[in-house]
Amino acid sequence: MSEPATPDAASPEEGDDEGRTDRAEQPEQTDEEAAAAREDAATRAPGSGANAVVAALEAAGVETAFGVQGGAIMPVYDALSESSVHHITMAHEQGAVHAADAYGIVRGDPGVCMATSGPGATNLVTGIADASMDSDAMLALTGQVPSDMVGSDAFQETDTVGVTAPITKHNYFASDSDEVGRTVGEAFALANTGRPGPTLVDLPKDVSFGETDRPVGEPTAPERAVPDEEADEAQVEAAARAIETAERPLCLFGGGVIKGDATEQVRAFAREFGIPVVTTMPGIGSFPEDDDLCLSWAGMHGTGYANMAITHTDCLIAVGTRFDDRLTGGVDTFAPEAEVVHVDIDPAEISKNVHADYPVVGDAATVLDQLDAAIGYGDAPDTEAWREQCAEWREEYPMDYAIDPDEPVKPQFVVEAFDAATDDDAYVTTGVGQHQMWAAQYWTYREPRTFVSSHGLGTMGYGLPAAVGARVAADDDREVICFEGDGSFLMTIQELSVAVRENLDITVVVLNNEYIGMVRQWQDAFFEGNHMASEYDWMPEFDTLAEAFGAKGFRIDEYDDVEAVVEEALAYDGPSVVDAHIDPEENVYPMVASGAANGQFALAEDQL
Amino acid sequence: MSGEDDDATNAAADGGTDHPADSPIAEHARPAGGDAPETGLAGPTPEERPHPSGRRDEHGVRKEPDDGGEATRRATVSALVEDEPGVLARAAGLFRRRQFNIESLTVGPTTVEGHSRITLVVEETEAGIDQAKKQLAKLTPVIAVGELSDDAVAAELVLLKVRGHEPDKVHAITSMYDGETLDAGPRTITVQITGDENLIDDAIDAFDQFGIIEIARTGQTALERGDSPTTPGEEPGHSAGSTDDDEFTNYDD
Repeated sequence: MSEPATPDAASPEEGDDEGRTDRAEQPEQTDEEAAAAREDAATRAPGSGANAVVAALEAAGVETAFGVQGGAIMPVYDALSESSVHHITMAHEQGAVHAADAYGIVRGDPGVCMATSGPGATNLVTGIADASMDSDAMLALTGQVPSDMVGSDAFQETDTVGVTAPITKHNYFASDSDEVGRTVGEAFALANTGRPGPTLVDLPKDVSFGETDRPVGEPTAPERAVPDEEADEAQVEAAARAIETAERPLCLFGGGVIKGDATEQVRAFAREFGIPVVTTMPGIGSFPEDDDLCLSWAGMHGTGYANMAITHTDCLIAVGTRFDDRLTGGVDTFAPEAEVVHVDIDPAEISKNVHADYPVVGDAATVLDQLDAAIGYGDAPDTEAWREQCAEWREEYPMDYAIDPDEPVKPQFVVEAFDAATDDDAYVTTGVGQHQMWAAQYWTYREPRTFVSSHGLGTMGYGLPAAVGARVAADDDREVICFEGDGSFLMTIQELSVAVRENLDITVVVLNNEYIGMVRQWQDAFFEGNHMASEYDWMPEFDTLAEAFGAKGFRIDEYDDVEAVVEEALAYDGPSVVDAHIDPEENVYPMVASGAANGQFALAEDQL
Repeated sequence: MSGEDDDATNAAADGGTDHPADSPIAEHARPAGGDAPETGLAGPTPEERPHPSGRRDEHGVRKEPDDGGEATRRATVSALVEDEPGVLARAAGLFRRRQFNIESLTVGPTTVEGHSRITLVVEETEAGIDQAKKQLAKLTPVIAVGELSDDAVAAELVLLKVRGHEPDKVHAITSMYDGETLDAGPRTITVQITGDENLIDDAIDAFDQFGIIEIARTGQTALERGDSPTTPGEEPGHSAGSTDDDEFTNYDD
């Protein structure tokens, strides 16, 4: 390991305790001052469409936006220079959209990203689709060629509204400078209303340049889009009776529990009635994984005990999940004996993939309170034998790995070492692949919003830009650890330049096996070991590359390196990259094969 | 799994024989007592686990013993929408993306300024129809979605161009179907027929004898009978010429 010269960007003049330079420049606002600033933005005459766009962001309380400059979005950037909204220039639009996504996940408010027309907008597409699949609130603003050139295949023109229609909650083509501010406000509010999701406003250059003195007003979602939070009383009663009579009830908490800020309610509910809990992968953190009731997460690479519980429950209380195929395996074999109680704010999720015997449409927190009140204390199910059964499964199928000090380091060991060295409130972001599964399996999550990952879309390269967004959103005293694979990291590695420029205290841990490991694992299992295009023995030295970016580089080659590197990397105030050379043959287990039954999880390749 | 590797600590020498030569599988120490496979995790194998007997169908519905299966039916769905650019594309795109089997789609303005009505005929399973309606209702410009009852008023318009050799016969059949001749020449006759789908199908069969050259069908559009609103909660608009409020007094709520 070389000792790098400390780059200038990594040593802010204010001193180490000041943290990141961007924060140091911005004086803290009191709540009253912030409210007054929002009020001012909502009521002042903006002057131009671009100013109205920015005023709408300010009126919505947006503090940070992520983006990349370009021709058609230039008027908005020009207006942004006078704004209280802090803009973070990313290396690539995909970085901007993932950073905004993660920022929104951590903050619980929509993240904002910006790009120009054409390639700028299309570079956002992956991240918008990602946010859409995971129901993440986000606002994307894209520049567009002037209105009179729309449709002419002008330079850097793309039908952004058309391209993003299927992957946004709703999108808008701004056609009027007087309306554009209100439209941006509506898009922001809509993103965060009911079931969250990404929204987009396409901004033609002439609309941004156009004059307007119409105040933008408060950001308001269309009335129709605001769902009832409270569930129908008859639905709640029916679900309550089903839960009371269950012998093997099981809670399944999805990402909607976290989006709906319902963790307090779901925890109280499960504990009050002694109902074991499994989560989905997006639901990680909704229930503390070290709680006796918690069986961790179910699905393709979930724990054996979670999948056994799902397979044998007679009453599945599913909250805020869309029953993704990575959770259910084949729906024909999913929870085959269970009556399903499905709580969701989005009625279209009810019986979409798995039939709900007891649909309960409403806000997760509100509905759980309603359910709690509807279940008579004397009528609560007796779950003792069932809990014992779940505990037995936990004993039978331990999450474990074997260590040989002379062999390459196991990735699980690296994950556990970082978990042990950080607080419960540390944020973990990941790319997509084997490393993501190990980071989900071997890190013990206890708090919501601490696991930031690409679930539904499975976007490789998500981890680093997400870490940038999470770092900017998070309080300074909380750690941000990014687990990446070698292949995944290389897809968005350019965002390291942003982390260095902003001096963001992020620890990137590359679980480097010189493979697209998950593909390699499947090739071994299903393609007779033909490693077509999955061998990445051409990877750069990530620790050295980190130094070239101006970050700090570390390397792990053997078990003896781990403790010191973990300590030094976490202590370093700025971006660091740990190139952890792990056992290249290690695979992710348990594994439910695509479309198979959850209870048929394989513990090793020969069981697939 | 094999039973030979119970003590896997020193099994490296004979391990890995099941794997390709270029993919050596290393053996790793595992705490004693585990029934450990060569790699991966310990625990009872799939065959050793208890299996529940229940089952679901492909829609995730738990199957009853006498479950009839996967019957499809045709449904006419009416959506009241904000009349804004792209709304039809959003609806059509939604149906394509989610693979709903769409038979026809019509759209046109209503009596309320700024509102349009999309009428869709879909052929789907019960679960598919339910899902199609809910997904449509989720679109932001969609105000309300209703499924029409079987006795709803439904109509379609077809333009038929046939050979003009036998104008009298063509005219006779056009009259039989209460149609209208729009264009008649020595070589072709074009007629318009309006009616429900069965009538249109019958008419096309009847005209077939002349040799149909071209057909343009609009697809079905439909309204509920009487005072029942076509989409839930639909407020009737009053077209400029209509002042007869009494006709709509039952629309409250």
